[in-house]
Amino acid sequence: MVGIFYLLLFYLLGNLVSVLMHGFVPGSVLGMLFLFVALLSGAVKADVLRKPSRFLLDNMMLFFVPVAVGLMAAYDLIRGHLVAIVVSLLLSTIVVLVVVGLMQQKLGNKRHD
Amino acid sequence: MIDSIIHSEIFMLTLTIGIYLAAQYLYRRTHFALFNPLLVSMAVLIALLRALGIEYEEYSSGNKIINFMLGMSVVALGYLLYEQIENIRGHTLSILTSVFVGSIVGVVSVALIARWLGAGDALVASLEPKSVTTPIAISVSASSGGIPALTSVAVIVAGVFGGIVGPWILRMVGVHDRVAQGLAMGAASHALGTARAMEIGAIEGAIGGLAIGLMGVMTALLIPILDKWI
Repeated sequence: MVGIFYLLLFYLLGNLVSVLMHGFVPGSVLGMLFLFVALLSGAVKADVLRKPSRFLLDNMMLFFVPVAVGLMAAYDLIRGHLVAIVVSLLLSTIVVLVVVGLMQQKLGNKRHD
Repeated sequence: MIDSIIHSEIFMLTLTIGIYLAAQYLYRRTHFALFNPLLVSMAVLIALLRALGIEYEEYSSGNKIINFMLGMSVVALGYLLYEQIENIRGHTLSILTSVFVGSIVGVVSVALIARWLGAGDALVASLEPKSVTTPIAISVSASSGGIPALTSVAVIVAGVFGGIVGPWILRMVGVHDRVAQGLAMGAASHALGTARAMEIGAIEGAIGGLAIGLMGVMTALLIPILDKWI
């Protein structure tokens, strides 16, 4: 329960800072950053976070199901330009995957040469 | 009486988790790529909600707790990042460079392809931040002349697609490095790509979480500059 409390606390802290930034960066992403810093600094012990974090992360894909079902309400919005929207999104997503993946693989392993 | 059960929160929640678990079981039994658990759950749920006459708004409010867990799991990525710190050390510069280039390529490619297929300024501005986590994408889209509702659809499409085909595409082009895989998944498909990267391994998941934050900030800063040329 201590771990869950910390997750909630840092989520709350993230949301607080997010509101101050006018919601530009999501509270959850800020909370991730704050929790990381708190663990690095030793202010929070990692042991208590292992179980709740593992539970959440192991099931992360499930938490996206309601968001993905939201596409059913979006059809009217994209109908007019369906081809342009779908084709550009899919191709560009592939481009980002390939460019970032190949670049990181090349640059990241250079130092081991 | 049945009607009040069908429209209850507990029904929506049980339905979501039950169908996801069934889809996961199907995938584990067959390992057939098209039976991706997210894709199957999405398709089955959309069909079921239509058949039962449940509006998306109602379904979504019944699943509030799942949306909350999603936020919590993103916070939990901070723990994973800490746990995997040894695997990140020494990669800082390459990670920053790769995400920076990925951000530029992502914005430019989606804009050029959409324009080529006849999209106007508002549509292009709505699609540009597609690889970024929703709140950042929406603010960027709104301030660059896009339609926020359309942007949130674009973010989901990029996320679902990358989450499903990402590992397969990376394998095809020969990306085997674990840091590179996680970074590419998080950079192209934000938290959805990261959730999939989590299933491959802890290093991949941790780096994916890092990529969400970096890609978000870099893209937000780059779009106003890139918009002058494209």
